[in-house]
Amino acid sequence: MWQFFHKLASPKFFYDFSSRLIFWFSVLTIILMASGLYMGLVEAPPDYQQKDSYRIMFIHVPAAWMSMFVYMVMAVTGAINLIWRIKLADIISMSCAPIGASFTFLALITGSIWGKPMWGTWWVWDARLTSELILLFLYLGYMALRASIEDKTNASRAAAVLALVGVVNIPIIHYSVEWWNTLHQGPTVTKLDKPSIHTSMLIPLLLMAFAFKTYFVSVLLMRARTELLVREFRSSWVKKVLSE
Amino acid sequence: MTRPTTFQACKSLLKRDLTLAFRHRGELANPLLFFIIVVSLFPLGIGPETNILRTIAPGIIWVAALLAALLSLETIFRSDFDDGSLEQMLLSPHPAALLVAIKVFVHWLVSGVPLILLSPLLGVLLQIPEESMLILVVSLTLGTPILSLVGSIGVALTVGLRRGGLLLSLLVLPLYTPVLIFGASAVTNAAFDLPVTAQLYFLAALCVLAITLAPIATAAALRISTD
Repeated sequence: MWQFFHKLASPKFFYDFSSRLIFWFSVLTIILMASGLYMGLVEAPPDYQQKDSYRIMFIHVPAAWMSMFVYMVMAVTGAINLIWRIKLADIISMSCAPIGASFTFLALITGSIWGKPMWGTWWVWDARLTSELILLFLYLGYMALRASIEDKTNASRAAAVLALVGVVNIPIIHYSVEWWNTLHQGPTVTKLDKPSIHTSMLIPLLLMAFAFKTYFVSVLLMRARTELLVREFRSSWVKKVLSE
Repeated sequence: MTRPTTFQACKSLLKRDLTLAFRHRGELANPLLFFIIVVSLFPLGIGPETNILRTIAPGIIWVAALLAALLSLETIFRSDFDDGSLEQMLLSPHPAALLVAIKVFVHWLVSGVPLILLSPLLGVLLQIPEESMLILVVSLTLGTPILSLVGSIGVALTVGLRRGGLLLSLLVLPLYTPVLIFGASAVTNAAFDLPVTAQLYFLAALCVLAITLAPIATAAALRISTD
């Protein structure tokens, strides 16, 4: 078991192993996403209040879940890099940031597109939208810090510290924003009571959530592989890979 | 020569930083002037109606305090980093987190405390009712240490960079949001005679959390930056 992890941390083994993983995760993503989208967009009945516009939820909710999840992955791999100085963990952590920022951005965009017909405006200072926005800022700060430190090792460690600070702060920010929102709830916003979700909508939602997860894994591994090649460009195995 | 104890080291560091701050009084005044100017620009932009000003005053004062704290942050480690004394501090046998905490404390004394003392004056300018003035001062007293402590992590991460200033605001401002929310809402509530204990307790809790954890993170970040 441990031996497998040690082997995984070696760049060359990871490079070969991840190519197989990417294949299987991509296949899974296509299957899950196709079935999830079909069930969500075609089979699930329209909502009795929101009609068809609720269907954007099948993208919005998984994206929002992923935005938090990716940050956790980024922080945990960052901590692993900080403690055990495993280069591969840093590569994973680094590759997480743009993907997570994209998920956050997607959640924000879909949220505001959904908000236009529902709330009548593109943007509402809704608690969850606001904390997603702050999460996006945290991602951008992480990427900016990494970009501005030239030394790669120092950049990775500084970014890891920032990610850990962010992890401590995310729940605080999230709950304080939620608390703020209940106090400042504007009178124009009549937020519909969320009905408990029906199975015909829950199943495609879960399928989409899994599809986003597998999609994340495959894109993450792709990014990590590219970064690995860039960082190890001097080693012999990279030269061999590239000459093939 | 005997080796100084940790307590002695802390005491001399405290004294040294205070002396340094005192010798550069001009630098300390700048963030305060900024605080006053920003706050007095808002009525010019919004209009002098008492009611509107009164509603937005807590938010304005708190946002201005946030920005003023951000401006003054750079000075915590900058000169020590440039002349190498920061490295000596990290190399010393005393716990780095403790020394960092002392430095942040001094920074709060010379930037946070004057800001707190000035805030009632700005409250008067923005028509904050007298009853909530005390809450404004209390909320700032609980909140400004958090600004210094959390900010010190950001400064520690960016101190080695040439153009760290803008980056610093990107790193630190999102982390300031909880303080802003609780601080401003305490003052708003006080103006309407609503209970404010919840907000103040939250601020106090955040303050304790920041005192416990931030120096450790800052020390770790400084070690990376001076590497």
